[in-house]
Amino acid sequence: MGPLAVNEIISENTNLFLAFIIGIAFGFVLESCGFSSSRKLAGVFYGYDMVVLKVFFTGAITAMLGLLLFSLFGWIDLSMVYVNPLYLPSAITGGIIMGAGFILGGYCPGTSFCGASIGKIDAMIFIIGLFLGVIIFALGYDLWDGHYMAGFKGEPKISTALHLSDGVFALLVVIIALAMFWVAELAEKKFAREEY
Amino acid sequence: MEEKEVKKTVSTKYLNPYLGGVLLGLVLLAANFVAGRGLGASGAVKSVVVSATTALAPSSEEKSGFIKEFRESHQGNPLKTWLVFQMAGVIVGGFLSGAIAGRLKLKIEHSPKITSRKRLIFALLGGILFGFGSQLGRGCTSGAALSGMAVLSLGGFVTMMAIFGTGYALAYFFRKNWI
Repeated sequence: MGPLAVNEIISENTNLFLAFIIGIAFGFVLESCGFSSSRKLAGVFYGYDMVVLKVFFTGAITAMLGLLLFSLFGWIDLSMVYVNPLYLPSAITGGIIMGAGFILGGYCPGTSFCGASIGKIDAMIFIIGLFLGVIIFALGYDLWDGHYMAGFKGEPKISTALHLSDGVFALLVVIIALAMFWVAELAEKKFAREEY
Repeated sequence: MEEKEVKKTVSTKYLNPYLGGVLLGLVLLAANFVAGRGLGASGAVKSVVVSATTALAPSSEEKSGFIKEFRESHQGNPLKTWLVFQMAGVIVGGFLSGAIAGRLKLKIEHSPKITSRKRLIFALLGGILFGFGSQLGRGCTSGAALSGMAVLSLGGFVTMMAIFGTGYALAYFFRKNWI
């Protein structure tokens, strides 16, 4: 049955319409959790507010288990679901540059649009930066082309790399996440700070 | 005592993070079920940039390998892509949530230890780095880290570890901006 668009059960335009609806839900949930506030987001790096870790991992686990169940019930063909390709060197350097952007700017791309939507001027400036960053990447493409395309490893799954079944690996992720939630609750008590 | 009560009301204005996480997961599941792909954000910025450069400088298409690569994998209007529609929705959804919760307000959010001007300069620099890094890393916190984790992608996991690892490694040096 699923994915609906890939199996041509819904038309291209319906798919785009649903993208808009899914986007509304995405933005609504992010804002409701406080992801429109850079100081709340940055809390994850100092321990005073671990909302990013809690929402992020609960979200990842829910979707991961949901996909495995959907696959088990025959509702979705997981081989048709996009798995990010791995180009090892650029996955690491790109992540390092993004991490620096996160601690300087306090937002990531999705949350900056969320912050801007409720009037955060710092988020709007961050978005201008995002555009400049992408333009710089496009203009200088020939300079980092080699690095960008190096070390292609296909579309590997972590479970396959560890020689585990998807289900066993998923259980492992859930256990690790529960341990992290416990640490996060402790951290918030230890580094408690006035609300802003 | 009184202060404690005020604190409590303030901190309950946001959704419980675990409930929020489950809802976020369901949205991500819906995206995969409908479109066979996860959520994203930086890809929409890329689409707009490609669209604008093609409109302003048509010859740039041949010059930049980056735009050529995008053109080869996306047919038709670069603005008519899944992520552009999804990000338009994010703006609407964020606004609706903010309106319902009474959080709509034009303001520059920053630590009392720094000025608004400093906050904006850092926001711009952070945005530039994140925009650049998201292209090099083929996706940001949404597209690579979150959506990647949901499909057990090793690539998404590597990028996620690099993002958060760097954030923690640099946190000490920028603490005045946040604490």
